[in-house]
Amino acid sequence: MENFINRIFSKEPSSADQAKDRLRLVLINDRTDLSSDALESLKDDLLDVLSRYIKIDPKSMRIDITQEGRQQRLIADIPIAGPVSRKY
Amino acid sequence: MSAKVLTITSGKGGVGKTTATANIGAALAKTGQRVACIDADIGLRNLDVVMGLENRIVYDLVDAVEGRCRLNQAMIKDKHIPDLYLIPSAQTRDKTAVSPSDMIRICDELRKDLDWIIVDSPAGIERGFKNAIAPADEVIVITNPEVSAVRDADRIIGIVEAEEKGSPRLLINRLNPEMVKQNNMLSSDDVVDLLAIHLLGIIPEDIGVLISTNKGTPIALDDKSLAGQAYRNIAQRILGENVPLLDLDKGSGFFNRISSVFGSGEK
Repeated sequence: MENFINRIFSKEPSSADQAKDRLRLVLINDRTDLSSDALESLKDDLLDVLSRYIKIDPKSMRIDITQEGRQQRLIADIPIAGPVSRKY
Repeated sequence: MSAKVLTITSGKGGVGKTTATANIGAALAKTGQRVACIDADIGLRNLDVVMGLENRIVYDLVDAVEGRCRLNQAMIKDKHIPDLYLIPSAQTRDKTAVSPSDMIRICDELRKDLDWIIVDSPAGIERGFKNAIAPADEVIVITNPEVSAVRDADRIIGIVEAEEKGSPRLLINRLNPEMVKQNNMLSSDDVVDLLAIHLLGIIPEDIGVLISTNKGTPIALDDKSLAGQAYRNIAQRILGENVPLLDLDKGSGFFNRISSVFGSGEK
């Protein structure tokens, strides 16, 4: 009961949840050899390339690595804002 | 009938590889299987003391590899169970004294007279670890529900898969059900979720393990111990039986019973 109340009212997640969340990120980095900095620059590069063809709002773009079993997946969700206004 | 080679490894040190090797070996031998446990940690011999056989060593693995003795002279007969043997590592040599192909040759020579060969891997991912997994038909990765051990286990699983040894099976050692209930320890589900390999068994944290190691008697031989029961169940699963996981929520420990009597407020 004590734990239950603590979990509802405290801002801090339980230490087990913190361990799991931290491990999830560390394992993705270890398995892909991709740091969070590298993932950020991958996003920037991707944005550069895509912006040559379509109009993208960088704030609405989501790129994440997810785990499916022992397989890592790069998931990109990029809403298209409209066509690029071509300069002739 | 030819023996299967099981290698027990972890990446991180101190998570219970040697204890698991001794206990799985004892539990398998207790069912009538013929078992040899090999200490592959050259230079840091310790499976002998855990099995209580340190006073019987004449020859070791390196002697057998370098031809100073016949292989069966390096096999020490267990004092508790028939058909359980230990091949100790050398204490005064280093890990380069044995190569992966030596390990394959030694295990192939042992296969015909045994049912199981259990290799206790050293910590790390270097030569000693490579030696230990070279002869393996199956790899068992052992970890604790703790961030550094789980991280290293993940790295080891990746290496084992890259070596085409198949997906290893997982043992979670020293799980404290009370701490899991309080959300202060990763649960077995959390660990399985993170590592994404098949769970072979869970060994609860149990002071009896240290006590039995002090005496040099595997806890798997103690019929009253919960950790011992966990090891016997693991042996059954290795033999292909479908044994359900232990119910660790019963709060089997003395402490749990005391705290429930006095109502410590945790539920």
